[in-house]
Amino acid sequence: MRDLTNEIVEFIRRTSTDLPKDVEDRLRAAVEKEAPGSAARGALETILKNVELSRQNATPICQDTGTPIFYVRYPEGWSTRKLRQMIRDAMEIATKKSYMRPNAVDALYDKNTGNNLGGDDFPYIHFEEVDADQPLTIELMLKGGGCENVGAQYSLPDNRLGAGRDLAGVRKVVLDAVQKAQGQGCAPGILGVAIGGDRGSSYIKSKEILFGKIGERNADPEVAALEERLTNEANQLGIGPMGFGGQTTVIDTKITGLHRLPASYFVSVSYMCWAYRRRKMVVKGEEVLYD
Amino acid sequence: MRVVNLPAKDDVIRELRVGEPVLLNGVMVTGRDAAHKWMVETFIKKTRAPKDEDLYVYENLKKLLNGGVIYHCGPVVRKDEQGQYTFVAAGPTTSIREEPYQADVMKHFNIKGVIGKGGMGAKTLQGCQETPGVYLHAIGGAASYIAQRVNKVLDVFKLEFGVPEAMWVIEVKDFPVVVTMDSHGGSQHALVDDASKKVLEDLLAQPY
Repeated sequence: MRDLTNEIVEFIRRTSTDLPKDVEDRLRAAVEKEAPGSAARGALETILKNVELSRQNATPICQDTGTPIFYVRYPEGWSTRKLRQMIRDAMEIATKKSYMRPNAVDALYDKNTGNNLGGDDFPYIHFEEVDADQPLTIELMLKGGGCENVGAQYSLPDNRLGAGRDLAGVRKVVLDAVQKAQGQGCAPGILGVAIGGDRGSSYIKSKEILFGKIGERNADPEVAALEERLTNEANQLGIGPMGFGGQTTVIDTKITGLHRLPASYFVSVSYMCWAYRRRKMVVKGEEVLYD
Repeated sequence: MRVVNLPAKDDVIRELRVGEPVLLNGVMVTGRDAAHKWMVETFIKKTRAPKDEDLYVYENLKKLLNGGVIYHCGPVVRKDEQGQYTFVAAGPTTSIREEPYQADVMKHFNIKGVIGKGGMGAKTLQGCQETPGVYLHAIGGAASYIAQRVNKVLDVFKLEFGVPEAMWVIEVKDFPVVVTMDSHGGSQHALVDDASKKVLEDLLAQPY
């Protein structure tokens, strides 16, 4: 099994400093919808300048380099223990190189570890085995604290919002979450919505779905229609870029479902900021490919 | 575009109104969650005794913040071989977490400007009227862009809070912000919140 530490450092650098094209394209389209001279348009123009600058200089798009969330699909026979060590070593090097901010704070003792490593859970790494003839793929998402803080979980029925246990109820609570977030999650945002599960699995799923491309729709036409409707209605709220007021509050919405207990009906909303940093690396034999 | 030099006088601050873009020049200090809690507990409410170099830091902060600006920011910082720091990425963090502390800190140190993102609440708005001061919104996530407007890192205090939470003294040139809360009670955040609440009510009343 080869050592991939340096390749993972490069992967972290790309994720932190180079915004994916599908996100950038949507931000460029959003500029044209805002009135010339408005604060909203100014915010989007600054955002796009920042995207170019960070790509050019290999500096972080956002100083909050977020919670590093890794999804690793490894061929049968690979050691997850060794892969974990490579990822942790790479994270420490990437932090020294200023691609990442030291972001792991011990919550009990209020101490920043200084190297982005903390316990077994920081960075977060999810492993899944695939067939031996499949390539190794690693996906990474960096999710900042501002947007993480405005995520929300609802237990339906919600009497305050008149939200029952169906897609109509889901629509209501998601719109409520966007209104409450205002600009604090660094709008325009992307919504990951998970329906069902327990509290833990529901939140995890609402993030996992954010690995998908912008515009990718749920296979079920009714759910797909709700995804588009929610993006459209969230934008009617007029919160706009940075919460300055404007046309674009949400760029895309993704919904997925899990199995739930008869007693529970959770709707979890993960809000991703415009700095939607997620990338994939694939290892095929000697070759390492970055998306 | 209006340029404000730091430290700023009250009459300059009173001229600023919600919606106006401003460029800042001069020295400012970063401070976020740990710093605000520490300032309030140690020097304002005095619920904990100063320790180590706290009083030395306090004397420096009194000078730096008088007529000055505090920036809610947890930067990515590079240290070169000579020990000199530079800001690599330095956008704003969400300000509302400092809502319990901000007005008291503004009044105590005579702070004229609070820079952050997402806006703040009624207590800080009141603080802006009394001090007088303004809330200045920087563009969240535009960290590489903003770091280029930081010419120099002059000093750092409370590094034991960790790099993101330390209080960095920086010299900025043409630092871009928008006034979103002014010293006359105006708040863009309150306006957008109210308007979006009304739209939400209408949307919730619509059939599925």
